[in-house]
Amino acid sequence: MSGRRTSFYRLPDAGSQGLTSQASLRIALLGTIALALFAIVFFRLWFLQVLSGDRYLAEANSNRVRDIRVEAPRGEIRDRNGFTLVHNRGSWQVQVDRRRWGIYVGKKHNLVVSDGGFAPVLTRLSSVLGEPRGDIKRRIEDSLEEIPFANPTAAIDVSYKSVVAIRERQSDFPGVSVTQTFERDYPHGNIGAHLFGYVREVSGDQLKSGDFEGAKQSDRVGQDGLELTYDRYLRGRSGTQRIQVDVADRQRGQLPGVKPRTGDSLRLTLDLGVQEEGERALRLAAGGYSVHGGAFVAMDVRDGAIRGMGSFPTFDPDVYTGVLKRSTYRQLTSKSNGAPLTNRAIAALYPAGSTFKPITAVACLESGISTPGTVIVDGGKMKVGNQTFENAGEFAYGPVDLASALKVSSDVYFYTLGQRAGLKGGNIIQKWATRLGVGRQPGIDLPGAAEGLVPTPQWRNEQRRKLKGDPYRPEPWTLGHNVQLAIGQGDLQTNPLQMAVAYAAIANGGYVVRPHLGLRIDNATGQVIQDIDQPARRRVNINPRYRKSILDGLYAAANLPGGTSADVFAGFPRKVAGKTGTVERVGQRDQSWYVALAPYPNPRYVVAVTVEQGGFGAETAAPAARLILAKLLGVKGKQQFVRGKSRSF
Amino acid sequence: MPTAEIPAQTLDPTGVAAGVKRFRDDFAASAVRGFDWPLVGAAVGLIVFSLIVLHGATRDDIPGSPDYYLLRQGVFASVGLVLMGLLARFDYAHLREWRSQIYAFLIGSILLVLVVGSAARGSRRWIDVGFFQIQPSELGKVLIIAVLAAFIVERVRDRDAMRLTLGVLALAAAPAALIFLQPDLGTALVYGAITITLLFVAGVPWQHMAAIATVVALLGTLVLWAAPAAGVNVLKPYQVDRLTAFLHPNEDPSGQGYQQAQAQIAIGSGQRTGRTVDHATQTQLNFLPEHHTDFVFAVVGETYGFAGAALVLTLYALLLWRALRIMASARDQFGSLIAAGVVAILMFQVFVNVGMNIGIMPITGVTLPLLSYGGASLVVTFIALGLLQSVAVHSRGPRIAGNPLN
Repeated sequence: MSGRRTSFYRLPDAGSQGLTSQASLRIALLGTIALALFAIVFFRLWFLQVLSGDRYLAEANSNRVRDIRVEAPRGEIRDRNGFTLVHNRGSWQVQVDRRRWGIYVGKKHNLVVSDGGFAPVLTRLSSVLGEPRGDIKRRIEDSLEEIPFANPTAAIDVSYKSVVAIRERQSDFPGVSVTQTFERDYPHGNIGAHLFGYVREVSGDQLKSGDFEGAKQSDRVGQDGLELTYDRYLRGRSGTQRIQVDVADRQRGQLPGVKPRTGDSLRLTLDLGVQEEGERALRLAAGGYSVHGGAFVAMDVRDGAIRGMGSFPTFDPDVYTGVLKRSTYRQLTSKSNGAPLTNRAIAALYPAGSTFKPITAVACLESGISTPGTVIVDGGKMKVGNQTFENAGEFAYGPVDLASALKVSSDVYFYTLGQRAGLKGGNIIQKWATRLGVGRQPGIDLPGAAEGLVPTPQWRNEQRRKLKGDPYRPEPWTLGHNVQLAIGQGDLQTNPLQMAVAYAAIANGGYVVRPHLGLRIDNATGQVIQDIDQPARRRVNINPRYRKSILDGLYAAANLPGGTSADVFAGFPRKVAGKTGTVERVGQRDQSWYVALAPYPNPRYVVAVTVEQGGFGAETAAPAARLILAKLLGVKGKQQFVRGKSRSF
Repeated sequence: MPTAEIPAQTLDPTGVAAGVKRFRDDFAASAVRGFDWPLVGAAVGLIVFSLIVLHGATRDDIPGSPDYYLLRQGVFASVGLVLMGLLARFDYAHLREWRSQIYAFLIGSILLVLVVGSAARGSRRWIDVGFFQIQPSELGKVLIIAVLAAFIVERVRDRDAMRLTLGVLALAAAPAALIFLQPDLGTALVYGAITITLLFVAGVPWQHMAAIATVVALLGTLVLWAAPAAGVNVLKPYQVDRLTAFLHPNEDPSGQGYQQAQAQIAIGSGQRTGRTVDHATQTQLNFLPEHHTDFVFAVVGETYGFAGAALVLTLYALLLWRALRIMASARDQFGSLIAAGVVAILMFQVFVNVGMNIGIMPITGVTLPLLSYGGASLVVTFIALGLLQSVAVHSRGPRIAGNPLN
């Protein structure tokens, strides 16, 4: 041992004392410092792991867990026989993270991208998708304009090859995501286009409004048509795919998520065959003029179940897939194209022409103004006040009762009823028309149905008050207006659906039905979940004797020699009762109308058809109705579009 | 039994048995006796724990070789253990005699690194010698202890405390400055910790300690705040960021604060008993950066929870307690100072690294001795422990009155 004498150490052999007190103190201090540091570390660990452990565990989980929304397939829409009208097809879409790149639409509808780093991403995207940059940019812009708060869609219906290309090189596509989605698909093309409406991502306002119960952000909801009315059944519930990612956001595993629930499917009262035939009939009636708009409704008179409803011109419902371009929308709504988007069966409004006459008849019969036997001499024209009203073509039919007046469509007969009703006062025709569903909301399960109008003196006074001093201020109400209303001309505003409802009420003994397309809800496996109950809205009393004489008159019109549509239905194997109508329109060809009830004498179906600029009722609307009736009544063989020769209104 | 009566010599005609016995006694006397077994136990416990933790944490780091880090750490640990055993037999007193050569080697090797060293992440710390790399600044930790201890023992009799203090500071400043220039701030700070601890234990006047503390505080303020504000960057901006990030962890969670935030999440999520290797998502999914080196403690915290972290800290406490005890029972002041230096290394590295992991210390890139992956750090730690054993083996005996740690 070579101990040294120092101020700090004593020689070991100098005594039992090894350390000076100074050295001991310093070593003890060092030990104390170590102890204190250990204590601090332990307290900190206790705080982190025991006291705040839950919070940190949650943070660790949110680090690694990504929830990806999985869209639920929407329910299908089928016709009454189970034929699919609307279903889904899987599709890939590319979306861009709006926040990451600071993308928004500027004041001049121009796309603004705050982050310059997006340009190369867009270029790569363009090459992967095989689409020009401009197209992708425009789609992002359109998508942002439509739903400003959501991540814009850069591409839809992307090929699987592109999907793989993007996913494999995700680091080249920061802020770009590929998601699977479902697009609505229409196996029958244009058929029923006006009924289905479309689906779109729910908007912020819609979410706030609470109209779409249970909808979450990014869910697609029905925005119009049946998709809207039955959205809560069709929608389904989106699920989540929960994946584990590493620090570079690469997927590293799958965690249990929530499976999406497919929407229930909607079974319609619609009959695909009738629908197809109806739309074909309208096309034939238009005779190649795309602007000769038309519409038809085929309905069960007993319960308002619609078997067919169409409007012409029509459109491809596929236009709603993805982003609807502004130019396309303009095209679909422009008048010069015949505004194909409009469902004329429920949303358009026209005078009904002579198809209104049975309604006038019901009103006058029930009010005691006339009886079925009341005979009026039709001299071809009549004078009311200082106005002269004429039959179409100034035909004079001589003495006619109700049935023969309906058969030949004598205007003078109904002018007279209109005159008498007007003189009696109390808006008799108007009241009955309204009772039967004309000029009021039909209560159909489709949005966008028009209310229409049955003109009354009160209505006219109201108009006059509103338009005081206006050069187009209408004249005061006169008896002549009532006379015009009696034959469905003038200010009357209605549409095929309302006429179908009114005729159905006459045919079924006074039940004003609630027209509907929804039949029942099936689940995804086809089991019935719920029938859609659509009770009649109200009952009006129609004397069976009056009903019979009106039906007889309509039957005669469609069958007996001299009947307005007898030549159209010549050789038709089923008994049809039907009324032609012709509306004079300023500066245009006449509008053709036909409303039929069949089979006579206990009608099951009503078919209402109108063709704008279709000429006389027997010329286009009646032949179209014949085609539809043939389908409805199961008439075998190929049916022709038989134009009638009657020039009667 | 009859054999008990036979004298040993008769059964050992060649004297081999006696030779073996003598050797064994000799060895026991010189090495095994006085060997501090609890210290060895703590060290082995830590290295075993290190292997377990590295096995779980790094199995996916290098595709195809899940045991890459485990095997290498195992080899380093074996080399380290052997070195420790050999050094225990070596009389540390020789280091005093070689102090000048040691110092020259220390400075020379660090200078060499600056000239021919390989750079990694902008820092020149290693000399590549083919199959492995040498990191002189790591070995330098032990060397500077020997040099400073020798210097102190030499001068302490002069009773000129000021010359002693300044001399020690000057000796240490040279290698520390060179290392700081590599740049390797963490290791340079270890040198600082060694220097201050040795001065403290050497018994320099309290006024000197107070003056050093003041200078350190002023220097820190200057370097971290005043100089950057004045446009003079003593430290690289990223170094300043790392050093100050822990003071405001929420300011830039994606920058320097990110690593520490992730380490805290990892440790906190371990809760009482840990998440097990498979469910330690912070580690396995790489949210925790540098999980085999600087942030290995966070892996322990996440995987084995408070229990695992406490076990590791307990082993370090055991290590430090034994080191302090050896320090107090050293044969002479030189031995005591060498032990003090090792204590300084262990204490500084453990608390700075763990503190960085738990968010109460800045990020300085200091490894956790025996637990972090890394050959240089591991081998040098074992060398330091070997010197400690040497001091223990050559101590005055197990029980000395006045040892504050008995």
